[in-house]
Parts: sequence; structure tokens; C-alpha cells
Amino acid sequence: MEVGQKGRIYRVAGPVVTVTGIEAKMYDLVKVGDEGLMGEVIEIDRDKFIIQVYEDTSGLKPGEPVENTGLPLSVELGPGLLSSIYDGIQRPLPVLNKRLGDFIERGVAAAGLDHSKKWDFVPEAKPGDEVRGGQSIGYVQETANLKHKIMVPPNKTGMIKTIEQGEYTVDDVIATLDDGTELKLMQEWPVRVSRPVSEKLMPDTPLVTGQRILDALFPVAKGGTAAIPGPFGSGKTVAQQQLAKWSDTQIVVYIGCGERGNEMADVLTEFPELEDPQTNAPLMDRTVLVANTSNMPVAAREASVYTGMTVAEYFRDMGYDVSLMADSTSRWAEAMREISSRLEEMPGEEGYPAYLAAKLAEFYERSGRVKTLGGDEGSITVIGAVSPPGGDFSEPVTQNTLRIVKVFWALDSKLSQRRHFPSINWLDSYSLYTQNLAEWFVDHVAGDWEGLRMRAMAILQKESELQEIVQLVGSDALPDDEQLTLEVARMIREYFLQQNAYHEVDTYCPLQKQHDILAAIMVYDDLARNALNMGKLVDDIINIPAKAELAQIKFEEEYGSRLEEIETAMRTELA
Amino acid sequence: MKEYRTITSIAGPLVFVEKTEPVGYMELVNVILADGTVKRGQVLDTSEKLVALQVFETTAGIDTHCRIRFTGEVIKMPVSKEILGRILSGSGEPLDGGPEIVPEKRLDVTGAAINPYARDNPSEFIQTGVSTIDGMNTLVRGQKLPIFSGSGLPHNDLALQIARQAKVLGAEEAFAVIFVAMGITAEEAQHFMNDFERTGALERAVVFLNLADDPAIERLITPRLALTTAEYLAYEHDMHVLVILTDMTNYCEALRQIGAAREEVPGRRGYPGYMYTDLASVYERAGRIRGKMGSITQIPILTMPGDDITHPIPDLTGYITEGQFVISRELHRRGIYPPVNVLPSLSRLMNSGIGVGKTREDHKAVSDQLYAAYAEGKDLRGLVAIVGKESLSDRDKTFLEFADAFEDKFVRQGYEEDRSIEYTLQLSWDLLATLPEAQLTRIDRKLIEKYHPAHVAKKVAEPVPAASS
Repeated sequence: MEVGQKGRIYRVAGPVVTVTGIEAKMYDLVKVGDEGLMGEVIEIDRDKFIIQVYEDTSGLKPGEPVENTGLPLSVELGPGLLSSIYDGIQRPLPVLNKRLGDFIERGVAAAGLDHSKKWDFVPEAKPGDEVRGGQSIGYVQETANLKHKIMVPPNKTGMIKTIEQGEYTVDDVIATLDDGTELKLMQEWPVRVSRPVSEKLMPDTPLVTGQRILDALFPVAKGGTAAIPGPFGSGKTVAQQQLAKWSDTQIVVYIGCGERGNEMADVLTEFPELEDPQTNAPLMDRTVLVANTSNMPVAAREASVYTGMTVAEYFRDMGYDVSLMADSTSRWAEAMREISSRLEEMPGEEGYPAYLAAKLAEFYERSGRVKTLGGDEGSITVIGAVSPPGGDFSEPVTQNTLRIVKVFWALDSKLSQRRHFPSINWLDSYSLYTQNLAEWFVDHVAGDWEGLRMRAMAILQKESELQEIVQLVGSDALPDDEQLTLEVARMIREYFLQQNAYHEVDTYCPLQKQHDILAAIMVYDDLARNALNMGKLVDDIINIPAKAELAQIKFEEEYGSRLEEIETAMRTELA
Repeated sequence: MKEYRTITSIAGPLVFVEKTEPVGYMELVNVILADGTVKRGQVLDTSEKLVALQVFETTAGIDTHCRIRFTGEVIKMPVSKEILGRILSGSGEPLDGGPEIVPEKRLDVTGAAINPYARDNPSEFIQTGVSTIDGMNTLVRGQKLPIFSGSGLPHNDLALQIARQAKVLGAEEAFAVIFVAMGITAEEAQHFMNDFERTGALERAVVFLNLADDPAIERLITPRLALTTAEYLAYEHDMHVLVILTDMTNYCEALRQIGAAREEVPGRRGYPGYMYTDLASVYERAGRIRGKMGSITQIPILTMPGDDITHPIPDLTGYITEGQFVISRELHRRGIYPPVNVLPSLSRLMNSGIGVGKTREDHKAVSDQLYAAYAEGKDLRGLVAIVGKESLSDRDKTFLEFADAFEDKFVRQGYEEDRSIEYTLQLSWDLLATLPEAQLTRIDRKLIEKYHPAHVAKKVAEPVPAASS
């Protein structure tokens, strides 16, 4: 090969390999050793180039050849991305499985897209049209519900000379520009560089997730950022998967970064069977999975979040709403730490590299609601799981993440231990979007949405204050109206906040139903206080049968008439 | 083979050798002492002129005149079906006086990662006969579910009970147990061996022993040899393999020891920053593969230093494994066996292993309700200690009593007691029936009507007009 200059391995220590004899730029992709293992230049020290290798380096010897590709680590973007499952460097896992068998052996290159499949391209521009970077010139109907727009690469501009409808592979030329530039269905983009946009906009629409505690109490906006930190066993992964399943975005990118293999197997068996609540198509049709499990090479884990983010940006550029789940960003940070320590860099806090905060900020900043180069509006919502060691939120990854994100869903192992799911602590969590989004909820769901939300939060807050007293003197010592507050708070927690991800109805709760359940609880609150003033006994108020019925509403699909009956019954029983 | 006498320095388990030919990373090395003894080691860092080795055994007796022989290959485990019933050392040498294993294959012990796409979702319910496990933290085939314990607690008995009683209902399949001892005492190891011999399990077992007085560094290899054997039996001989690893805490200590000797930048509490990745390369070798009959289920045991679940060893383990059983010192002190504290215990794969067609439709709801009720009862105990039982409401009193009965009847069971899942669920309903029915908010009404003892009794009694209200 002419492109590749040949060098030699000088030293091997784990995933970090030192080579000599090449002239490489930072972050160039190199092929290392007789087997051509993929790696990336991460440090240059005079004539020595330090490379992080994405595959296992056992048996690699000094003296083996090294070839520089001269290109940065890039992903292939084009039709065929949807419903794919990739490793951290965009090698399709099904292709690896076919070629290598059940275990991932090394030294195998595999293209991110299928280069033999033909796609039906429908042009929307015609010869003579002036086009600029990011503009769509046609589309491929990739799935029943998604037009995969074919865009001019961001750095190209000109006048269309030829363009034709037909069946093409991703390598075929579909159009040419007057300067001779050939446009294909596929484009490549370096993963560490964010794709350009024309303008960043303020987020103003909520990401509807169908999860009551998230939508009603701590909503995230489309284009916003959220973090879910929690100790192990607190339900992070279930929460991430619920978001991946039910978020109302056209595209979901799910990055399994350094997590469990069996969890990915679970996603892979479940997603094709589930339906997208918006389109009723299989969920897999709108999903791109990046799976670099904990036992796969650590350098590829470091790259996996960038691979996922670049894919997300590409769909955003078509004007779609994309949600990106990264589970878990702590494992990504640990991969950085591991590589940094092999480089013998001066460590920052807890051994993490000093640039940890900068890298995290850079990653989350690639989210946002934007005006694309093509003039559309698109968004990327980033939801990052954080796995703090020992559940201690003061550790560097959690702290640096909290400085950036706008929504914080604090998982609490005390809640998960009593099987309160989702085990999101309502006192510690926050959303900075509630004000921006209040208007949307009022316009689209109900006028009293914001009022209900504030009232529920106030009751929960009051409950935690009262609990402190109860811990000292017992609940019977409280005045009647405060006992009632405790009861209503319990109803909010059990009837509303608790949600069963494994129940076929309860797993997704539409906004209107969220509103109606919460409103019904408040109706009870009003009636109960009224009854108390009329001289009814607090025990009788608490034990009315209709109230217990309310607990079952969340499990019922057609709940409307049932809810009315319950409200009528409550009125009679508390009259 | 390339041989050198060029040791330049020795530090702890590390030996530095100058050489001229290229040596591969992770290659196996023999160090030959003056008296002919051979010690084994592995290449940790290789550059053009210098190689750093880590010697598995102690470096006692090594001097700069020793001969170094590079074998040109990474560590391999000789495997054959004859390996069942054998007792091997921590580096795979026979300890039982039997013949050398005639290898059918020699497999690289590092083991490549299973392609996540090739994995099958573990969903076969394993009945262990232990209520706290089957009822509330169900184990499924292909899962990795550790026991978090502390020094002096009966975790070994629980592991043995699981190994003895574990079965998949309605299935007669080839199974094997691989027992991996890392740094435990000879006495503890003997306890396991006696139990295996008593129940005849030894002939279906492979035992790897790295005892407390064996070299610490060897511990880093032992689980890899064992898991390579497990993969061979599971994926080439269609066996269901249960791997018991004890004690992972000793393994992590060995990891820290090597890290310190190599002067690496330490992470939390002196453990290396790559401990998560290293542990994952052990634990993630559990699982099932699509199209293969066999499976690997892991039960690693670790003792939490100072019973601290936030210590890096249980913490990183918990982030990799699919749940954990937590052994409670408090329950043990009160004489309850098995002292499983269900509240912090968890099985992440439980939901895919239970329910209609696997156990019973009410399993999940019953389990959730037990959790919620027991957690509430335990909270109330704290309150009673301050304000006394009298100031509790009637509702609260039933929860308090429930928690006591739960520990006494549900958690407590005999070392030889093998409970069926039906029995466990019946027991759960009997306990839940002591609570007011309106408090069973986690259970769908249809299930309550079908299974709640009060309703079941009513159904039986229905033909006769009710005598009393």
C-alpha cells in the first residue's frame, strides 16, 4: 500500500503501544502488528508515537510492523445505520459474529455499513440547484416511518450537475456537483469532531418519556442534558432502558459503555418485540446500539461514546429529534483513567486524568436543540448514567457531570431496596427546565399541570419534615391534618410515583393519564380536609374503600370511566 | 527456544531482563534457578531491549544468574473431558496424585470476549431450594450472582447448599461444578471437598486450589484457568457449569500487590485503576451463547472488608455482576440460617426467569410485596426502639409482626432443607395474609383473588352459605 508508511513496534504495555518510524498526526488511525490491530495515536514524543490499541495486545512483539492510515478514527454514516448493533469502533457485531464465531477475536476490520445492499434513492433536488453543506438532496425510505435524508457533506457546496433516482449501494455516485464532487449515500465523519450546525436554540419542548416521576416532576427538554447517578442495584439500567423504549424521539442511540453483556442480550431480545408508542413499528427500527461491554477492549470503550454521539449528530442534521443514552459515563471515565495511567500522566483527583472535566463537558455540549445547516430544527437529548463508587456522589465523575447537566435524577438505593421503582429520590432530584416547559404542558395537556406539580412537590417536601418528627414521637402524636398530609404523600408515592416497568400497561403512562391520576389524588386531598373540618375521624377518612381503588388505576388501560366512579365514590364516602 | 542470563534487576514479583530478540506481550516465561527449579512468569511490558516479567510464585531464590526461557506463547490451559473429578493446583498441575491430563486441546486462558450479539438472554429458572433466593432473588442459568459476606459468616455453607440443590425443574441435563479456591485456608478448602465427597459431587467437579500459603500472584491466573475449563465444558460438551469462586477479595489483594510492585498510579484505596476491567474479564465469562446447549453460571464469594459494601471490591463487583446476595451479620448473630439480608440483595435477571410458564404468575408481585412489607417492618423496629410498641398504630403493628415472622419462617431454613418454589410462594402468601388486604398495593387484585389464603378459603367454602361475617 502506498498510503501507509511502515513503522515498527518499540514497546508494548497493555493497550498502550509505542511505535517508531511513522510520521503520524495526533488521533490518526494506525494498524499495529502482523494482525493489523486498530489503534489511534494519542501522544507524540519526538520520533516515538504512542498508540492506544482497540484490541487485545497479548502476544504482540516489538519489531512487528505498523502502518499509518493518515486518517482519524471515523464512522460511516448512511442508510443501514438503523437497527444496527456496533462495537465501540463501529464494527457491526452481527458481522463479527458471522465471521469469527461467538467470541470476538482480534485483527478483523468490518465496515460500519453494508456496502452491498441497494437502497432506493428518491431525489428531491434537480440539476442546476445550488446546494450547500448539510442540505438534503433526496431521501431513502430506510424504515416504514423514517426518511433517511441524503445530505451534502457539511464542508461541500456547489451546483448540482447530475442527480438521478435509482437503486444504489452506499458507494455508488448518486449526484455530482459542477466542481466534479461526487455525492454518495454514505459519508464519513471523524468521531472526535462535532458536526457543525448553523445555530443553537433554546430547548422548549419536553422529552415525553411516559415515566410519571420524570415527566411530571423532573422533565427534561428535547435537546437537554440529564444525568442519572446511582449506586449499583438502584435501577440505573432499567431507567435508561425505559427511556430508550418510550422517549418520543424519532431516533434513539443507546451506548452500552463498559456494562454487562447479558444486559445487551436483553436489549437485543426485547427491542425487536416492543412497539414504538408513536408509530407502532418495532422499537429496533428507530434504534442504533453501540455495545462495548466491560470485558471488551478498554480503548474501544473510550471511543464508543464518540461513535454513538457522531451517529446521533448525523440524524439530528436531518432535522430529527434524537435521544442518546450513555450507560455508563463512569466506565468511559475509567477507560480514560486507565489509558492515562498507562501513559504515566500526572493524575488528578482519584487517579482520573486532569482533563476529565473538560472531556465530560465537551461530550455533553454536543447535545442541544439546533438549527441545522440544512435549515431544519433537530435536537439531541443526552441522558448519561453515572456509577459513583460506593454510591458516593462527591466523586469526580458525578461532580463534574453535575456542573454541566440541567436535570439530575438521583437514584436512591434505599428506595430500590423496598422495591420503590423507579427509585428516583424526589427530594434530591431537580430539573432546571420546569419553568421553560410549563407553558408547553399547559398548552398540550392541562391548564392546572404546573399547579399540580408544585402542589405534589410541596406535599412531598412537607412529608419529609413530618417524618423527622414521626421518627421521634410516632405518627399518632401528630395532629389530624398532618396525619392526613402523610397519607396523601403516601398516595403520591405509591399510586403515582411508583411505576412498574414490567407491567404491560403501567410501563408507559401517557401524559393525560399522569395528569388525571395526580388530579384525583388532589381531589381526595381536598375532600379529606373538608371532611376533617366537618368533624370526621381521621382514621375513617384514611380507610375509605374508594381510595384503595385508586391504587389500581395505573394498571388499567381504559381508566377514564373507572376514575370517575372512584371520584364519585370518594365524594359519597367523605360526604 | 530463546534463553537468556541477563536479569538486570528484581523487585518483589517483578524481574527485568535484557534481551535481543522480540518477546511478545503476555508471553509465558520460565525462570530456571541454579538448582534446576523452574518458576513461571508472564511478560507485563516489552520493549526493544528490556522486558518486565511478573513471576507467579515467590521470587525467593532468583538471582541475576538465573536462566530465562521465553516460550513464545501465552498461557494455555490443557483441557479434556477427563478433567472432571480432578483436583488441580492454582496453576493447573494435578494435586490428587493422578496422572497428567492428556490434553484434547490447549486453550488460551485470557479468553476472548463473548460477542454481545451472540449472547442468549439467560431466562431458565434455577431452583436452589432456598426461599430467600428462589422467592426474592431468583438465580437463572448463565447469571453471575455473587455472595457478599464478611469474615466469620456462613457464606461457604450457603454456596454449598446452592451447589448441592440447584436444579432446573423438569430437566435432566449434564452439569458440572467448578470450584476455584483463591487464597482460602486448607481447612476451608477441606470443608468444601468433604461436602463434595459426601454428596458424590466430586466426580462431576473440577477443583482448583490456590491456598493461603500458595503464591499470591498465582491467584491472578487461577480463575482464568478455571473459566477456560468451564467454557470448554459448556460450549464444547454442552454441560451446564456452575463456577464457585472463593474468595474474590484475595484475588483483588493480589491485583493490588502486583500494581504496587509495578509502581502504578493507584486508584481508590490503593487498588489499581483497571480493577473494574480486570474483574469484568473474569465475571463476564458467565453467560449463555445462542445455539449452544451449555451455560456458565458463576457464584463468586467475597468477604467485604469491615462488612463495608462501599469498599472497592464489593462495589466494582456489584457494578459488573447481575445482582448480589448479601449475608447479614445481624441475622447470623440471631441464629438465623441462611442469614441472607434480602433488602440489599438483588437478582437483576429475576424478571426474565420467573412468571407464567417458568414459576408462577404471581411470583413478581409477591416478591415486590414481601420486599416492601419487610422494609416497612424493619423501619418500624427502629421507631419502636425510641417510642415503644404502644404508640404504633394497629396497621403499623401488623407490619412489625410481619417482619419478625418473615425472618423466622421465610428466611430461616435448614442446611439440608430443599424447598420447592410452590412451597416458597405458599409460605409468602401465608405471611402476607397477616397484613390487612388493603395494604397489599403491589399485587394486582386478580392475583389476590386467586391466591390470597382468605379468598382461596372462601372459594372452597362458597357452596355452603357463610356462617359468620
